[in-house]
Amino acid sequence: MTKLPTSIDATQDLLAKADYLADRSLATVLFLALRMGRPIFLEGEAGVGKTEIAKVLSATLGRKLIRLQCYEGLDVGSAVYEWNYAAQMIAIRLAEAEGTVDRARLTHDIFSEEFLIKRPLLQALEPDTGGAPVLLIDELDRTDEAFEAFLLEVLADFQVTVPEMGTVKAAQPPIVVITSNRTREIHDALKRRCLYHWVDYPSAERETAIVRTKVPGIAARLSEEIVRFVQALRREDLFKAPGVAETLDWAGALTELDAVALDPATVSDTLGVLLKYQDDIARLQGSRASELIARLRADMTAAE
Amino acid sequence: MTSDSRSETNDKDTGRLADNIVYFARALRRAGLPVGPGAVIDAVEALSAAGVGTRDDVYWILHAVLVKRREHAAVFDQAFRIFFRRRGYLDQLMSLMMPQAPGGPPEPPRPAAARVNDALFEGVKDRLKREERETEIVAKLTASDAELLQKKDFAQMSAAEIEAARAAIRRMVLPLDTVRTRRLVPDRRGRRIDMRRTLRASLASGGDLIDLKTLGPGERMPPLVALLDVSGSMGEYTRLFLHFLHAVTDARKRVHSFLFGTRLTNVSRALRTKDPDAALAACSAAVPDWSGGTRIATSLAAFNKQWARRVLGQGAVVLLITDGLERDTDARLAFEMDRLHRSCRRLVWLNPLLRFDGFEPKARGVRAMLPHVDEFRPIHNLDSMAALVRALSEHGDTRRPGDARRRVLAA
Repeated sequence: MTKLPTSIDATQDLLAKADYLADRSLATVLFLALRMGRPIFLEGEAGVGKTEIAKVLSATLGRKLIRLQCYEGLDVGSAVYEWNYAAQMIAIRLAEAEGTVDRARLTHDIFSEEFLIKRPLLQALEPDTGGAPVLLIDELDRTDEAFEAFLLEVLADFQVTVPEMGTVKAAQPPIVVITSNRTREIHDALKRRCLYHWVDYPSAERETAIVRTKVPGIAARLSEEIVRFVQALRREDLFKAPGVAETLDWAGALTELDAVALDPATVSDTLGVLLKYQDDIARLQGSRASELIARLRADMTAAE
Repeated sequence: MTSDSRSETNDKDTGRLADNIVYFARALRRAGLPVGPGAVIDAVEALSAAGVGTRDDVYWILHAVLVKRREHAAVFDQAFRIFFRRRGYLDQLMSLMMPQAPGGPPEPPRPAAARVNDALFEGVKDRLKREERETEIVAKLTASDAELLQKKDFAQMSAAEIEAARAAIRRMVLPLDTVRTRRLVPDRRGRRIDMRRTLRASLASGGDLIDLKTLGPGERMPPLVALLDVSGSMGEYTRLFLHFLHAVTDARKRVHSFLFGTRLTNVSRALRTKDPDAALAACSAAVPDWSGGTRIATSLAAFNKQWARRVLGQGAVVLLITDGLERDTDARLAFEMDRLHRSCRRLVWLNPLLRFDGFEPKARGVRAMLPHVDEFRPIHNLDSMAALVRALSEHGDTRRPGDARRRVLAA
């Protein structure tokens, strides 16, 4: 288990160790969250590395990662805890067979920890030898509002109330990372308990650094061209601008194709890696892509 | 100032830091950010945890604690600039007290600057003469934009008329359509066994009798999204429709309303004001292009791009209220309608022009839009509004395959 970072710079270094290049604002939020023991609420477009942050935190801090993927209809039974009904039934039957059915006793016995199935939120509150785990609540906007209410208790006090048993409280609060793609607004009551951060697209400089770290062996010139092209695409009037994940996929694809520089034909063949809407692809195919390439070449020559 | 002093946390410094934060938080609150006392305590804690380093760090530390929505970032940015600008803060206070004092070179206005300035210097401004303030605002308006920024005066309709219509709208049984969710709720006729309740119930008899309890899918109201045309040709109807939308917003959760003429404005928040007059006044204040021209394609494109993914989730029903009289129709209108249609569960087009018997969709805009709506209905009086409410309450799978044109032509 690694100790928690003691300054913003240390946080940035820690993330960089796992090849996650965070900007100053993100490092500040993470540092504060770790220091103050507060959940982090990350919002941003798809593919800017929100989920990755939780994974990197768990890897660099040597903590267990517990992931709760949200979906519509997620309920307490699959997010917090469930009773092992089959085992409970058998216990009841056995008690019957012995002929010593004392109701109060039976209730107490079958609603004990022995019959409890722990789901992610409850698991995250358990003590762990490696330190408190990282709890990733992914794509919270996919659930309905009803589920957010369950989270309030967990996020505010790091405890869960099981009516039959009482309250389970974490000895050490887990590191909570919540992500949202903003397909709906999350209630303010929940946001209030967290540190909020909007994860934006990275700057050209940082994106180039990311590409070079994540796709080792990529030609320096190609990586710069790729980033310039993607950054230009984000300024185009597209329905869905490519995220960092797409940039990395594209860089990987072009390396596989042994490309050393962008050319209109390759770009137009591989656009499907970057853009996921047919209208966007149609807009870019042909002359527009060549124009963008020509312009970025001119910019690069001017910069040299 | 605080932002530049190194972290030496003796009591005196912390005290002054806390004071500054409290004052800063109050300014943010007045500028419209929901900053509670809890957030202030967090901010002080965060600053002492991280240690006050550079101005940039202070910025991001406070940002991390005080900003809870992306749209608040701009307001925060401005407030921070103004509040923590060295000496500038004092200068500005001085210049406000003495209007004729020479200021520095004028900076180009930044977004949200006006709001923050108002919030920060509210107390001081109050001391200035009220008339002066008003003339200032009027001057600002005339200089603002080249576009036709005509504000609609709501007082034009006779009071009795409004009152009657409003009362009628209030009496309507509001849409109660529901969609099935994947969340399971107790249901006598459900298919799934609810082990938790079953077991609890059987404990009562000591396990002799197992009374099966069941679960079925739950139901809830889907989000409703209204896109209301406020261009000149819709003039006489918009106000009544706004009353309608206000009533709907009041009655159910998750209603998003947008107004469009030449551009799109989100008025969901304004309509959430309880008092209908205040709500409508807020709407009319928010819309710069009241009774101007129509650019349906542009507005729909803006909606599709900026809002569709945020408000059309979870089976939303879209009410598009427009007469469809678009002058410059091209392929874009059909394209944007198609995209809108494909991103929602049900698209209902409400058209006041349908009141004319024998209305034929001759206008090119109308013809371009018709193939992409699930339902096409008139809305021009209280009867048709009531009919709409009934239609919205209809159960059923509600996604009717496409072509409303046939129904209209047949009718």
